Amino acid sequence: MRAFTLLDGLVVPLDRANVDTDAIIPKQFLKSIKRSGFGQNLFDEWRYLDHGEPGQDASNRPKNPDFVLNQPRYQGAQVLLARENFGCGSSREHAPWALEDFGLRALIAPSFADIFYNNCFKNGLLPIVLDAAIVDQLFRETEATPGYALQVDLERQNVTTPAGESFGFDVDAHRKYCLLNGLDDIGLTLQQADKIKAYEERRKAEAPWLFV
Amino acid sequence: MSAQTLYDKLWQSHLVHEEPDGATLLYIDRHLVHEVTSPQAFEGLRLAGRKPRRPAAAVAVPDHNVPTTNRAGGIADPISRLQVETLDQNCADFGIVEFKMEDVRQGIVHVIGPEEGLTLPGMTVVCGDSHTSTHGAFGALAFGIGTSEVEHVLATQCLVTKKSRAMRVNVEGELGHGVTAKDVALAIIGKIGTAGGNGYAIEFAGSAICGLSMEGRMTLCNMAIEAGARAGMVAVDDKTIDYVKGRPYAPTGKQWDQAVDWWRTLVSDADAVFDQEVHMDAAAIVPQVTWGTSPEMVTSVDGRVPDPADAPSEVKRSDWERALAYMGLAANTPIEKIAVDKVFIGSCTNSRIEDLRAAAAVVKGRQKAASVKLAMVVPGSGLVKQQAEQEGLDRIFLAAGFEWRDPGCSMCLAMNADRLEPGERCASTSNRNFEGRQGQGGRTHLVSPAMAAAAAVAGHFVDVRKF
Ligand code: SF4
Repeated sequence: MRAFTLLDGLVVPLDRANVDTDAIIPKQFLKSIKRSGFGQNLFDEWRYLDHGEPGQDASNRPKNPDFVLNQPRYQGAQVLLARENFGCGSSREHAPWALEDFGLRALIAPSFADIFYNNCFKNGLLPIVLDAAIVDQLFRETEATPGYALQVDLERQNVTTPAGESFGFDVDAHRKYCLLNGLDDIGLTLQQADKIKAYEERRKAEAPWLFV
Repeated sequence: MSAQTLYDKLWQSHLVHEEPDGATLLYIDRHLVHEVTSPQAFEGLRLAGRKPRRPAAAVAVPDHNVPTTNRAGGIADPISRLQVETLDQNCADFGIVEFKMEDVRQGIVHVIGPEEGLTLPGMTVVCGDSHTSTHGAFGALAFGIGTSEVEHVLATQCLVTKKSRAMRVNVEGELGHGVTAKDVALAIIGKIGTAGGNGYAIEFAGSAICGLSMEGRMTLCNMAIEAGARAGMVAVDDKTIDYVKGRPYAPTGKQWDQAVDWWRTLVSDADAVFDQEVHMDAAAIVPQVTWGTSPEMVTSVDGRVPDPADAPSEVKRSDWERALAYMGLAANTPIEKIAVDKVFIGSCTNSRIEDLRAAAAVVKGRQKAASVKLAMVVPGSGLVKQQAEQEGLDRIFLAAGFEWRDPGCSMCLAMNADRLEPGERCASTSNRNFEGRQGQGGRTHLVSPAMAAAAAVAGHFVDVRKF
């Protein structure tokens, strides 16, 4: 996994609440057995005017000029600004895979759906929860200011605007550690193999039917 | 020890290790696997040279991509076929039991878990699928995970996670005639919103919940994720234990008695404290129909499509406007005036025997409206299908002009050939009415099986209580 430390990234505002993972990456692309290549189909039904199918070259497809990700001023964005409950619905990790593959590194919203939030950390993406009022302010500033970029500092847990205004955010210590160091947590859990073994032994005695 | 919630008890009994900040290594008893969210996890194991820690704790089934007609002909779409073959290969390579497409036990992962006794009270159950919350109906802690976590559970039999807050939704009283668990679920989501359960594990309690069958409780817990909660659960009672008894993977003999002794303790203590409590009056719930593109956009069958002008906030107003435009609906349209093109009875929410019985009871002796292009019934598993056929339900549906299909996810998410065409409107017993969920441009209205069946007969939504 790619480490996340410090980012100075162009912001793209996606002004909708309850953006679900079906919208982030539609089901037909879930047939892939790979982990990569989903970026071109991120928000497929909103981004293109035709119907997309897996395996198709997206570069010649007609784009929806009204969709924010297609607007020239937001090309190269690394920070996605969104509304409440972003990433609700299906548990598909293809959603963070698509966001990351597209080039996004941080997501800012007043709230995220639980499974999606969790999946982001496994893929080098940082989801940041800020107060709805602050998110509102960032939406206004982004829309009003071409080239609007935010500085995201994971170590210090803050987001800084071009005007120097800074907002702190919470992040769980374990997730932060893994993300800062680009660590896959399976390796870390395997270091606790003796504890797992001890639990299994104890549990086998209490509840043997769970181990048949 | 202080009073504990059911969730506390389930959490406590699976705790392998806890860090001072609450990060917990949680032991997983049952891992259900399907073809869509597992290939990259198995690939990850291979790349790291790892093996499943307890292959016997995992059971796999293909369900999302499988065809619901002419199964003997195999899967026509080569990409879907490859995904199912990849699951077959991974299960063979890693020694995981799989109920393959031709197996009568094959079905939607959340239907077959309980049906086979793979889901037991007191277990932690995970699957790379958000509707894993379904299994909480058994007094289990069940939740969906992403593919990286699928790999993590395969490799370690544990997850690194943090405890959620506890919410209890109390539904007291008696449900009216024609009102089902699906209506309760939608009414709860209508009340608390699709983000209302974010960060919570929900326990459903109260006399109306006790009165539900296991099928009804599964429907309710299934929809907990639609309320934003990762897990939903119902305390263990006699119904739970009766349902589990004799299932192929349930314990027997002395272990059964030992298990039942423990299962009986899987209820919240009388004085347990929840972080949040929600109260609902069962008698006030009427059949529900969603009108928009999020499950919280729901109203009563005797209601009307709302007017965005009445939305409680600016963000909501633009959401409602966008939803109405997508759904092709005008504000203030009476729900019963909305005509449907297709009807789908199926999905892990509503494809169990009781659901099919409820739909068949409405359809019996009637005919699908000529204006309805397709009404399809997709049983949740091969065994549900078999039982329904023994009860003659298939003949009732077929005589009414419905299609009777083979088990799978089907038009719940349209990964196989079953889908809506752009602009088509569907009465669906599934769980998500998101844009494009049942096919690009398709318009989904979520309802109970009886309501879907009634819509198929009438050609538009009708109040099943008066039908
Ligand atoms: S029936 Fe629908 S919701 Fe359930 S597992 Fe299948 S696709 Fe997911």
